[in-house]
Amino acid sequence: MSAALDALAPVAGRRRLTDRAMRALLWAGTLVALVPLVLVLWFLLQKGLGALSVDFFTTDPTGNFLGDPGGVRSAILGTLEIVALASAIGIPIGVGVALYLVEYGGQRWFAQAVRYFVDVMTGVPSIVFGLFVYIVLVVSGIGGSFAGWKGSVALALLMLPVVTRSAEVVLALVPDHLREAALALGAPRWKVILRIVLPTALPGLVTASLLAVARAMGETAPLLFTSAIVMGRSWDLGGRMNSLPVQIYNDVSSPNDQIVARAWGAALTLVALILLITLVARFIARRSRLA
Amino acid sequence: MSNDTLTPAPTAAAPRAAPAMPDGHSMTVRDLHAHYGDTHAIKGVSMGYAANQVTAMIGPSGCGKSTLLRCLNRMHEEIPGARAEGTVLLDETDIYARGIDVVAVRRAIGMVFQRANPFPTMSVFDNVAAGLRLNGVKGVDLHERVEVSLRGAGLWDEVKDRLGRPGIGLSGGQQQRLCIARAIAVRPRVVLMDEPCSALDPIATLKVEELIAALKRDFTIVIVTHNMQQAARVSDTTAFFYLGELVEHAPTDAIFSNPGDPRTEEYVTGKFG
Repeated sequence: MSAALDALAPVAGRRRLTDRAMRALLWAGTLVALVPLVLVLWFLLQKGLGALSVDFFTTDPTGNFLGDPGGVRSAILGTLEIVALASAIGIPIGVGVALYLVEYGGQRWFAQAVRYFVDVMTGVPSIVFGLFVYIVLVVSGIGGSFAGWKGSVALALLMLPVVTRSAEVVLALVPDHLREAALALGAPRWKVILRIVLPTALPGLVTASLLAVARAMGETAPLLFTSAIVMGRSWDLGGRMNSLPVQIYNDVSSPNDQIVARAWGAALTLVALILLITLVARFIARRSRLA
Repeated sequence: MSNDTLTPAPTAAAPRAAPAMPDGHSMTVRDLHAHYGDTHAIKGVSMGYAANQVTAMIGPSGCGKSTLLRCLNRMHEEIPGARAEGTVLLDETDIYARGIDVVAVRRAIGMVFQRANPFPTMSVFDNVAAGLRLNGVKGVDLHERVEVSLRGAGLWDEVKDRLGRPGIGLSGGQQQRLCIARAIAVRPRVVLMDEPCSALDPIATLKVEELIAALKRDFTIVIVTHNMQQAARVSDTTAFFYLGELVEHAPTDAIFSNPGDPRTEEYVTGKFG
């Protein structure tokens, strides 16, 4: 048989065996990784679905240990308000820092230092941000004691490095030849950024921001000692405020089964909210011209 | 100093009634050096670019022809670590002089790049209007200026029914002519072209070359090309560069038929490069 045909001969037994073994190993690894995810979703649905009702979404928690515990309306509203304010603070600053890093900083030592500290900030545990705001804003008594807006500040700090890092990646994806084309037309740099770079990167920036929002929405620790918890109605960012994660944290340790069930319902609601945001982010990312 | 006082660009299709611009704009380079970090890319080049003429710059890769082109409108310095020293005159003004606004330099000296680079977020119309809008030019009839520029770039008839469609939806050759329309819409005095046809097929190349011949009535044109036939077809004078130095600058006929330097002869006859 010629050499050329040898090459087309069936794969040797040992190679095929190795191939099968490795495939099986990778399959097993994937399955093991999927087990906790599936279990979490299954428990959430099993225990949470039962708690959902019209009243669950339309009444505030009463705080009564016995009798009607109420729903989670104020927690949902609180989460939405606190996260909205946190986004209003964190996203513009984060995108601004990213713009500095990509458009002006480059490899300068200051930009490198900023990148380093942003990375450090990404690794700071969320409870540290909570404690920081607790000491700076709550203990000091600025604007009263616990308040929703103080929770927003803690969440904004948490979002800042996430937004900055992902926005930097997205802005760096804007091709340099577009900046050059605009500069060669005689556009000042700030206009190039405002009219060319930002619109081109917009879908990616929205995605980056929404993922940071989703991340912040599920955080409990930054809110525990900042916006705290309140039973009954609380729509005012200037006062104590309820939120889904803190409500869950509080409810799940209750000896009352009805209140524990409320925690499951609230957890399901929170996961659904975050899933919704992630889906929107993916949808926008898919329409991105740069991806 | 306003570019808007200049006469409108001609239409490529219709013969123009008005005479060609009486006084075109020339450029002069004196003892120009350009660096990328530690690399000395241009080593003391001096040459002129005559008004309303097409000057071609040829030479092997890395000879500094594109770098020199980017020095002519100070785009070279946009690359981190790049710098240039020397004198570059637009008419009598040194564009590297202290106090010269680099933004104004680029408005007066437009550029077309190797890769067609229309703005992806903008329509055909907005791409052509982009220069005027980015410059904050007021008191110009945008629609008229866009039409004149697209006609000037020989693209009007192909895109007049889809001005609102994205610019990146056009073919490669159309995109490059769109970029030319975008460059001439701000009424520069000089148009720099950096291998404008290297990514185009022969038919699109032919269209751009015809366009260059028409455009020189209104603009001084400098073109960098690695295609010697193209230099021979479109240019009035040709400059040959080698290793960051200007070897020879002469009328195009002379460069290709009777070059003065043996290196030029070897290059244009295909012995190296």
